[in-house]
Amino acid sequence: MIRRRLDLVAPPLATFAATTLLAELAIRAMRVSPLLLPAPSAVARAAWTQSALLLPAFASTTRCTLVGLAASALLGILAAIGLASSRLVERAFYPYAIFFQIVPIVAVAPLLVIWFGYGPRAVVAAAFIVSVFPVIANTLAGLRSVDPALRDLFRLYGAGPWARLVKLELPWALPFVLTGLRVAAGLAVIGAIVGEFVGGGGLGVVVLGAMREQRTDLVFAAVGYASLLGLSLFALVNLASRLALRRWHASEEGG
Amino acid sequence: MAAPRAETAPTGIAVDLRGVRRTFASDGDRVEAVGGVDLSIAAGEFVALLGPSGCGKSTLLRIIAGLDHQDAGEVLLEGRPADARVDAGERVAFVFQDAHLLPWRDVLGNVTLPLELLGRPAAESRDEAMAGIARVGLADAARRFPSQLSGGMRMRVSLARALVTRPRLLLLDEPFAALDEITRQSLDDQLRALWAGTGVTVLFVTHSTAEAAFLAERAVVFSPRPARVVLEHALDLPADRGAELRAEPRFAHEAAVLFAALQRPER
Repeated sequence: MIRRRLDLVAPPLATFAATTLLAELAIRAMRVSPLLLPAPSAVARAAWTQSALLLPAFASTTRCTLVGLAASALLGILAAIGLASSRLVERAFYPYAIFFQIVPIVAVAPLLVIWFGYGPRAVVAAAFIVSVFPVIANTLAGLRSVDPALRDLFRLYGAGPWARLVKLELPWALPFVLTGLRVAAGLAVIGAIVGEFVGGGGLGVVVLGAMREQRTDLVFAAVGYASLLGLSLFALVNLASRLALRRWHASEEGG
Repeated sequence: MAAPRAETAPTGIAVDLRGVRRTFASDGDRVEAVGGVDLSIAAGEFVALLGPSGCGKSTLLRIIAGLDHQDAGEVLLEGRPADARVDAGERVAFVFQDAHLLPWRDVLGNVTLPLELLGRPAAESRDEAMAGIARVGLADAARRFPSQLSGGMRMRVSLARALVTRPRLLLLDEPFAALDEITRQSLDDQLRALWAGTGVTVLFVTHSTAEAAFLAERAVVFSPRPARVVLEHALDLPADRGAELRAEPRFAHEAAVLFAALQRPER
């Protein structure tokens, strides 16, 4: 078990270490200006010395991302249930759900500040807007793909819409929902940081401030934290998926 | 805890079909699936519905189950029109071509499902389901999930799920068609035994003449689409049928009669 974990984790870690070392050596050898591309050691130093600035920012961005993602999960699933209720409803509303997919968040973010004011509420709204569509689209696909024979079975035994939803449709759609959340997790981080560019707070503001002060090492350190956040959320959804589906779904079998 | 219901056989339901027709419209084409079927099935009878693939016999079965509706004609269950079947789930069970289990529920959870949907008390349902699982020989596998079972075991779970409500009419739509020959024969044996023990009316759709001859008291042969009755044939075979029957000349003879009717649909 531990051996297998190691086999899983060791190769990407080795790649990371090798790449970092190579970058360090190359940047030093070529004397690249730290304003353009700081060496990994300089980034690590900035991450350490500026931790009083970075850690609260990281916590703030994490909070906003999680709230936005949770809202996406909840409202996205509810919206998909509504859309799946009839073909007519789907035709009437689905084209407008796609709005969330195509809206340029950078352009809309100032509007969010007008509506919600500076601060976390606008940031949460930005994280929500960019991450809700994958949840809607995947959940809807899952609800639509329920085995017709099982629908017949539920009909034969006189199951009402609520029993059908809870005992058949939602469990059937669960793998699809988790796929949607996996995509949404990465997008929510992007949305939060763009929201912070305009609405203030978190890693987004650290990045902007460091850029103005020409602290490229600090920009990199903040980007590193943001990546860590995205990666952690992705891993969290994967873990949830493994726990929920390990016994029955082919995509997690033998995992 | 409620007392388990008595093991006494529920009486089967008589089924009468009178001029049943069903036409499907697709892309402007009208396809007649069932073309005027008259058929009487006595209570407690085991009838095989035999016909070429895609002839509409499955549609007929779905109409009897209330999962589809006829465009013309009448379906009578116990002499009453089946349209007002609010309590269909109490009386009728349906077994599909594949097992169609809920993958996120274990065997026990799958077999309990019909009772759950009918609103039966949980403790009683659980006991009924366990008894049903034992009847199909899966008592040891009650806590396993469908992905951990073989195709034959899954089909037995599906059978136990259908029987758990003690239906009075059991409808099976080519249930064992996807299984290998050995598994299929063993399931045929089990189905005969279950039927003999309960007195339920069984309608079994198949395209295999051997399966029809082995299982049923009577075989009804349908024409290619639209399905019409070509032959109704009472099988002259003993009630007690073991595996050795398949090797006997009279079994071969009965299968040949059915095969001939399948080949020459126009009388």
